[in-house]
Amino acid sequence: MGAASIKPSEAQADVADNLPPNVPEWMKAQGAPVLHPAYGVPSPFEADVVRRARSRARMSTAASSTTPLQDLHGIVTPNGLHFERHHAGVPTIDPEQHRLMVHGMVDRPLIFTMAEIMRFPSQSHLYFLECSGNGSFAGLPSTATAQDTHGLISCCEWTGVPLATVLAEAGVQPHAAWVLAEGADGAGMTRSIPIAKAMDDALLAYAQNGERLRPEQGYPLRLFLPGYEGNMSVKWLRRLKIGDQPFETREETSKYTDLMPDGTARQFTFVMEARSVITHPSGGQTLDGHGFHEIAGLAWSGHGKITRVEVSVDGGAHWRDAKLQTPVLPKCLTRFRAAWTWDGAPARLQSRATDESGYVQPTRDMLVGARGLNSGYHDNAIHTWGVLADGSVINAT
Amino acid sequence: MVLAFALVLAGASGAGARPQPTYGLGRPATPREIAGWDIDARADGAGLPPGHGAVSDGQAIFEHRCAACHGENGEGGAADALVGGAGTLATAKPVRTVGNYWPYATTLFDYVRRAMPFNAPQSLTADQTYAVVAYVLFLNHIVPAKAVLDAKTLAAVKMPNRGGFRSPDPRPDAP
Repeated sequence: MGAASIKPSEAQADVADNLPPNVPEWMKAQGAPVLHPAYGVPSPFEADVVRRARSRARMSTAASSTTPLQDLHGIVTPNGLHFERHHAGVPTIDPEQHRLMVHGMVDRPLIFTMAEIMRFPSQSHLYFLECSGNGSFAGLPSTATAQDTHGLISCCEWTGVPLATVLAEAGVQPHAAWVLAEGADGAGMTRSIPIAKAMDDALLAYAQNGERLRPEQGYPLRLFLPGYEGNMSVKWLRRLKIGDQPFETREETSKYTDLMPDGTARQFTFVMEARSVITHPSGGQTLDGHGFHEIAGLAWSGHGKITRVEVSVDGGAHWRDAKLQTPVLPKCLTRFRAAWTWDGAPARLQSRATDESGYVQPTRDMLVGARGLNSGYHDNAIHTWGVLADGSVINAT
Repeated sequence: MVLAFALVLAGASGAGARPQPTYGLGRPATPREIAGWDIDARADGAGLPPGHGAVSDGQAIFEHRCAACHGENGEGGAADALVGGAGTLATAKPVRTVGNYWPYATTLFDYVRRAMPFNAPQSLTADQTYAVVAYVLFLNHIVPAKAVLDAKTLAAVKMPNRGGFRSPDPRPDAP
């Protein structure tokens, strides 16, 4: 924390001096001037609200970091806290030297500068982005936080040009069925995108939350596929090749395929199904006494809007509706809240989301029953937090 | 929406009336520019470059450029195992490697060409890439020691798990 250099005895004295009836010291002097710093940063007292490595990565540039969901409010993820997943690190790209090439089954192969991309009619949308590896069928330790269990999801306002607009400039030919998206990183990340998704709501995004993309989110240009597994929203986008069949890249064959108990694997499982998690109270937190506590959390669906979130404090035996905070937007995080009076008894907190397709978030047993324990991706099961008699909250899934 | 409507109209009126650009942004990509960036290789072999490589040549490249992370015999290390795992996919502890999981040999070429070696992506020539791919396939007993791979022979390689993938997406599957 920012006050770490102050000795505890001094800190206690300071605290007393700053509490009623005394006048706090920060009212007796001028504070910091403007432009210190020119680009603002969080309070030093929030220094522990940071991304964390998801696990000990064997390669630091082929790794992921997680969003501290338990410390965030509302639905928007600050840009500096958006989760990361890179396969060859974060390239430093001069936008003046970046190009987007569109070719393959098009009438007019084209190259665009960033300035040209940004001249197209633009759109902004609030969308979540979730890695399909967000979760663990094998389970995590009781010390796991919401950041550990669900932190590969973030939500931003993304601004860019619809992919359909740019493809129309090139003139997509009949029988085109797939679009290969390729990144300009050292992995040359590639995924095949169904043409229907490309023509639907796919975005070529160059801004997030009002500012240009962060380098770790694909600066200067990324593909954004609302509701689809995060890996397909290729960052540092440099090339779109239109074809009549999938390109069978490494990331859609050896990875991001879901192994079933019979040894076969599901391929091209794109949509992130409805899911929710309680972020308060959640793993690692401690309830500060009996009485009122607001249960709050996040729900989302790659199929559209969240229509209902229910919460349980007894491990799923009884459910009641949570309130949905507006706006409730398609393919976007929805904040839910429910009042709770904790009587001091151990409790098991769960949330269950329903989306506008009618799909209801499954239990872990249902999911494992259908897919076994080795499918790896697309874990959207109901999560359980355990509240112990001393108020500490543990991962109980 | 206007653009989509225009596309539908043009499609209905047949070839020769294909939609023209609306905004006039961007410039034509030249064949030379495309050739430099068009590095993908598809399962049917489309995109594989001219050139060839032998297992024996691949062994030397592998030992020099790959073994430090993938193990001397592709058994894995700091990076994924490339060899082994036969018979494990339907067990409690599946091991997924090039040999027992990857459905297409062309994918290995595509991936090595664009992303490997880890410390110097896009540094191998086409011949070197064919050679190291041949060696990894040899380590998996998929091609013989004397194999020389090129665009045609690589695309013809049948991987053991070629039939192991299912689509389209069967979800929702639970409940």
